[in-house]
Amino acid sequence: MLTNILQYLEGTAARLPDKLAFSDGEQGLTFGELSRLSRAIGSAVCARGMRREPVVILMEKSAMEIAAFFGTVYAGCFYVPMDAEMPMLRMQKILETLQPRLLICSAKTERLARELPFEGEIADCASLAACAENGAALAAVRAAQIDVDPIYVVFTSGSTGMPKGVAACHRSVIDYTESLCEALPFGEDTVFGNQTPLYFDAPLKEIMPTVKYGATTYFIPKKQFMFPFKLAEYLNEYRINTVCWVVSALTMISSFDVLEKCPLRYLHTVAFGSEVFPIRQFNLWRAALPEARFFNLYGPTEATGMSCYYEANRTFEEGESIPVGRPFRNTGLLLIGEDGREVAPGERGEIYLRGTCVTLGYFANPEKTSEAFVQNPLHHAYPETVYRTGDLGYLNEAGELMFVGRRDHQIKHMGHRIELGEIEAAAATDPGVRRACCLYDEAGRKIAIFYTGDQTPGGLGATLKKLLPRYMLPATVRQLETMPLTANGKLDRQTLRAMLNE
Amino acid sequence: MEQLLNILNELHPDVDFESREDLIDEGILDSLDIVTLITEINDAFDVSIPAEEIIPENFNSAAAIWALIEKLDEA
Repeated sequence: MLTNILQYLEGTAARLPDKLAFSDGEQGLTFGELSRLSRAIGSAVCARGMRREPVVILMEKSAMEIAAFFGTVYAGCFYVPMDAEMPMLRMQKILETLQPRLLICSAKTERLARELPFEGEIADCASLAACAENGAALAAVRAAQIDVDPIYVVFTSGSTGMPKGVAACHRSVIDYTESLCEALPFGEDTVFGNQTPLYFDAPLKEIMPTVKYGATTYFIPKKQFMFPFKLAEYLNEYRINTVCWVVSALTMISSFDVLEKCPLRYLHTVAFGSEVFPIRQFNLWRAALPEARFFNLYGPTEATGMSCYYEANRTFEEGESIPVGRPFRNTGLLLIGEDGREVAPGERGEIYLRGTCVTLGYFANPEKTSEAFVQNPLHHAYPETVYRTGDLGYLNEAGELMFVGRRDHQIKHMGHRIELGEIEAAAATDPGVRRACCLYDEAGRKIAIFYTGDQTPGGLGATLKKLLPRYMLPATVRQLETMPLTANGKLDRQTLRAMLNE
Repeated sequence: MEQLLNILNELHPDVDFESREDLIDEGILDSLDIVTLITEINDAFDVSIPAEEIIPENFNSAAAIWALIEKLDEA
């Protein structure tokens, strides 16, 4: 019985010890090495007397970082990935929420780690990995571990400016891995080209099938995604046959005719999600790779990665949307109307997800947890926690889920989930800003912020840069004399939107 | 050139684009910026930057970007 994600790694390490598991192109680890290093790191963490507590991993994307993840789980703790590109204040808030005792860094991130407002121990991953394995200690941890123990916490944008840490357990990740691998054509021969950062749930799509099947994942350096030609050459060089990318990374290739100029020789499976795929670009991909299979994926972090999928195996007309499709096996989908009941077929409702995929909730945040992780609104016969996504959708005539939009001010921008309120909250910390309002220009795919106050647009831009990750920074910063208000004194977003389109 | 500097300054108001020559090497421009920049340049200067020209050397400084625009404009 599968009750621990480490069983995947152990099975594969025994079967294919010498096969390459993860690599950034320069440095890689085989399954045998990954297993050995993970156990060594796990033993070192165990020796510190830690159990069921957060371990922050601040490293560059690498095979060694994966060893740190698995090592943390070996120690019965849960990993919390942070990234050198996160602004200092965001990292500070995450550390405040977690109160961790241990942070694992690499040679490259050690200086940054020492600058953090952090009282606990900072340990270098390489030195932990050099520790001797303590098989007895690891066995004792394993005997006490059960499948509802958390294995990671990843942070998402929060509307008040406080990031929320989603905690997920073994059982949810196993459920996700099994159902994902059943729906998509992954296997031992799969060679993934990873694009998404490791500090989200998104890379589970690649990490878990890799350890389950003994596939291989290449972490494509971020710089490659700036230069479409080099990116295509990279895919061919490493014989990458499967990608799960955000749409903007795919359109980077298709919109510059690279599909014609540098044909992708090995690619046969393309999964995408998190954003609307412009149909013209999608059709370019299909035309260039007629044998390949394309999958649209949909799902929130709170339901462990992806929840629904759709195989896009036909040509779409301009103006058509690619469906989100059907839930993975063992995931339930509800569409709930404003009256708290299920909507009639074809009607629009809020998407709720139910099943083992529903994560444990937000770390040390019972208030936000109780708002989104709620009793199934269709019954009160026994406790059943479901996740309210805040996304709106409806079922088309084929019974496939269609995504409509959000019921609040959350947006998806370049594959990232962003609460516009978090950007406004960051702007409000600037003493030269009286009031600020953020909008998303869907057509231009740009974030815009309007504000009143004495601060210059450049000054506000600099303030935001200190507080927010790059992808959350507004492309347009505009100062106003007065903020337009509606008759009852609320921010008039419609007028602002009109100003944006002028 | 001024129009180009305006586009760049809108992306990153705090960067001195006239003097920097390491926009890519130092990670000042990221992949998001490159996509935005190319779209805006194509619109503003009525050019079409082909994939072969989207290489680090052409984006490391405002002068390099400007040289690329001029080259495409003449072609």
